[in-house]
Amino acid sequence: MRGRREMTQEYWRWPEYRRTIHGVDWTKAQIVSGGVDVGAVSSKAALLVDRKILAYSIARTGSSSPYSASKVMDWALEGTGMTLSNVQYVVGTGYGRVNVPFAKKTITEISCHARGANYIWGPTVRTILDMGGQDCKAIRSDENGKVTNFLMNDRCAAGTGRGVEVIADLMSVPIEEIGPTSLKVEKDPEPISTTCVVFAKSAAITLLRKGWSKEMVLAAYCSAMAGRVAELLRRVGVEKDFVITGGISKNIGIVKRLEDIIGIKSLSARNELDPALAGAIGAALFAWDLCLKKD
Amino acid sequence: MGGNQILSKSKRQCGFDQKAAIEKTVEDLLLEVGLSYADITHVTTTGAGKALSPYPANKISIVMADAVGCNFLFPSARTIIDVGAENSLTVSCTEKGKVIDFALSDKCAAGSGTFIEAMARALEVKLEEMGPLSLRSKSNIPMNSQCTIFAESEVVSLIHGKAPKTDIARAIHDSIANRIASLTHRVRIQKDLVLIGGVALNSGFVDSLRRALGVELLVPDGPEFVGALGAALTRRE
Repeated sequence: MRGRREMTQEYWRWPEYRRTIHGVDWTKAQIVSGGVDVGAVSSKAALLVDRKILAYSIARTGSSSPYSASKVMDWALEGTGMTLSNVQYVVGTGYGRVNVPFAKKTITEISCHARGANYIWGPTVRTILDMGGQDCKAIRSDENGKVTNFLMNDRCAAGTGRGVEVIADLMSVPIEEIGPTSLKVEKDPEPISTTCVVFAKSAAITLLRKGWSKEMVLAAYCSAMAGRVAELLRRVGVEKDFVITGGISKNIGIVKRLEDIIGIKSLSARNELDPALAGAIGAALFAWDLCLKKD
Repeated sequence: MGGNQILSKSKRQCGFDQKAAIEKTVEDLLLEVGLSYADITHVTTTGAGKALSPYPANKISIVMADAVGCNFLFPSARTIIDVGAENSLTVSCTEKGKVIDFALSDKCAAGSGTFIEAMARALEVKLEEMGPLSLRSKSNIPMNSQCTIFAESEVVSLIHGKAPKTDIARAIHDSIANRIASLTHRVRIQKDLVLIGGVALNSGFVDSLRRALGVELLVPDGPEFVGALGAALTRRE
């Protein structure tokens, strides 16, 4: 991964991976359900055996949504001994959900993230912030993982993963290192004042020319993003427990600053589960429900 | 300017060192007419970088400068649309060039020339070719994204979808023209409408905006100089 990145200078590229949880036996299962979350930037698949996680995968969404959906599902199935025919019910979610060829039903990613967060962190979750590749949603949910209210930004790249990718490329800092690098400053500088990613790029270049270090510029950028996302949360209202899902939940530079602004800590990831998977897990849980109803 | 005559004009990209850019531009300006700095009785500065001006000069806002400049060129001008590189503004003014109201778009690149520049890069077309290309378009493709970053990806998908470059260029101009039209509606629209700023040099955009507003637009020669012209006129009074 590292070698490839240095050769092609793709600083925005994040690692694609799959995992099988050992000790989960699907052969004796009553219901095997699947969830596929085709996001604007990444596609995720999760397989549940009687509501227990068996396997999952995460990969970049290509130009064709049906192809990306099949790719992540096949990848999740790899090594489990199962084929798609063993999965009784698949629910599609995310931006490309209508293009999942093997999904029996589609459900919005807002419902799926709330349901998935309820599963990963438990029934105490009340506020979910889903920071995705091309949008950002602040979701409120009840103890059953049901959505009670939400707000989203899907018009503007500021405050989304796409914006971070642009900055990673501009600064020549690998995307996973943006957060840690931004925290290497003694004191946070003023946040970058422009909202627009295009203008923030010019602002970052100006700061670099003024002699600012990479760390300082990234700190200013991460604070600006945190501030923007905090505004969205404030409008929907934050209540404990608070969790962050989606790809940017892995950016410690943004998460920490956001927690400082709103004054509430987010719960850390459970059972080594990637918070980016919440949508796919939620979809697989809905698939379990639907399969049960059908029988 | 000398009397009521424009003697000379010059422009250059700001680049990194804006002070040096300002000095160079003035040097070119004087060279053209064989004058020296001492011959200038008054300098007025305007625009986003007016605070950086090295001259002990009067400074006025771009809104005022645009109104005065347009009024000088077209006394019938009542609504001014200025589409620049990083911001756009619309002004409604009186027959004397006094500002009544204005609206500004400077928070988002989607409402300025930067948007077309970024799209031209995605389309692999020179900026100057964008206008002529879009004028040759025969059909309408809608663009869904507003954000420049998202629109770049959308243009790439349109290219993959085998849409002709002419139609994509028109979709790009229509998309920004719609945003400029709503910015224009935020001030009172009254005839005559004048379009200025560097983006007015793009014939495809002018055509799209004319369609979006459904009104004729007056475009002066050298639309990018109108602010500077307004500044030059202000001090004389």
